[in-house]
Amino acid sequence: MRAIITVVGKDTVGILSAVSKKCEERNVNITDVTQSILQDMFVMIMMTDITKMNGKFADFSDELTKLGKEKNLSISLMREDIFNAMHTV
Amino acid sequence: MFNTNDIMETIRMIRDENLDIRTITMGISLIDCCHSDVDVMCRKVYDKITRYAENLVKTGEDIEKEMGIPIIHKRISVTPAAMVLASCDDKDAVKLAETLEKAANECGVNFLGGFSALVQKGFSPGDREVINAIPEALARTEHICSSVNIGSTKTGLNMDAVKLMGEIVKKSAEVTAGDGCIGPAKLVVFCNAPEDNPFMAGAFHGAGEPDSVINVGVSGPGVVRAAIAKSEGLDLTGIADLIKRTAFKITRMGQLVGSEASRRLGVPFGIVDLSLAPTPAVGDSVAHIIEEIGIKQCGAPGTTAALAMLNDAVKKGGVMASSNVGGLSGAFIPVSEDAGMIDAASSGCLKIEKLEAMTAVCSVGLDMIVIPGDTTPSTISGIIADEAAIGMVNSKTTAVRVIPAIGKSVGDILKFGGLLGEGPVMAVNSVSCEKFISRGGRIPAPMQSLKN
Repeated sequence: MRAIITVVGKDTVGILSAVSKKCEERNVNITDVTQSILQDMFVMIMMTDITKMNGKFADFSDELTKLGKEKNLSISLMREDIFNAMHTV
Repeated sequence: MFNTNDIMETIRMIRDENLDIRTITMGISLIDCCHSDVDVMCRKVYDKITRYAENLVKTGEDIEKEMGIPIIHKRISVTPAAMVLASCDDKDAVKLAETLEKAANECGVNFLGGFSALVQKGFSPGDREVINAIPEALARTEHICSSVNIGSTKTGLNMDAVKLMGEIVKKSAEVTAGDGCIGPAKLVVFCNAPEDNPFMAGAFHGAGEPDSVINVGVSGPGVVRAAIAKSEGLDLTGIADLIKRTAFKITRMGQLVGSEASRRLGVPFGIVDLSLAPTPAVGDSVAHIIEEIGIKQCGAPGTTAALAMLNDAVKKGGVMASSNVGGLSGAFIPVSEDAGMIDAASSGCLKIEKLEAMTAVCSVGLDMIVIPGDTTPSTISGIIADEAAIGMVNSKTTAVRVIPAIGKSVGDILKFGGLLGEGPVMAVNSVSCEKFISRGGRIPAPMQSLKN
């Protein structure tokens, strides 16, 4: 199963490293990363494979939200299904 | 590979434009709870609801977390109370309402709909008991919603029921006067009531439905408004197309969440109700969509046409996105629950007569409208009859949810709080229709009913 992590906010040092570290701790494999500036905001999108994830999805999601708050960023974890449903026919 | 713009569009819709799944509603049949002893019946009702909906709220919260989309309400609809009560020797409807309240509290849902009676052609056992108990039942419970279907295209209008409901709406406001007249805010009078509607206050589990079912109501007026705001220079064909595309995306989300909830709960998936349901929150208003299309304020000339286009485009976009569409599906125009409607009603731009015209082209009817406290029951019945006639002749659902604000007059504000919002007391034409209403009888079904 795949999930997408999105990070939106002001660009600062160490965002990629902090999020990757969380993924590693949970045994979540990052399969693709893209970073860009959209409407003056730093946006990072990570495609991850959560098939072998340790622990619950909800706990990982809470952890990332907490990390986001600490770094003044908005971080969300969502299953890939939602994007496929919305944007493909 | 993924498309950054698509992903960011979804994130923006949820974060900035109030996109959400408005409700997951579990329909539960209570037909097998019938018993001649009212206490036994109530026990069976409580046991069945709490057994079936035990994991409803938790499952909703889990899906919310995984999909990253807010699911605002988890609710229950049940078989119309009158059908179950008919089996009892002692038809104590208030006892049944209190049982439903207890079950709703146990399951943690924020509304349970189905304290209802279907009397479009006449009263059967249990119907009068439920209807007469509505004021007390709504005053003594917090989470119970009530609805009464008084007409349909196939049957015509039951004018005895219309007369009775005018009195019930007024009485319901009087007995909850100390509590912001909250009673009638939980009471809907329908014509052509759908049996699979997941939205409150009119949800009930129809007699033709399976034992249990999951229905989903999607929302998203903010997303539609934002899409129109970003598209400069489109003509109305282009706007209609844009609304269709947006509705498609919103509905796909509802379909996904509904099928996931159905799978996890082991309950069949019923329908997605593609409705633009506003909330009083800023940026979540149907009136603001109409204003974005180009009407300076909702209620001005052009409003009905803009709403007709919006309502139709929402359905066209949504219908392909879901395997089964049902419920009310369209655009809601509840005055007190929509920031733009509240402003338009307060400024005098939006009047009750204009709202009546709008209900001919929107998905429901006169919804959450605060009227003067001294409005007579027969005038309320007249409003119900007019609205039901629009539904009957146009083969569509119409409904009346008006709240007589006891002790208040035009211009005053009645506050409900939360999602029910607040509404200015709107002027009602008080010229008498009492003779018409007191005639009783039935308005026969129109020619439109003879389709066979």
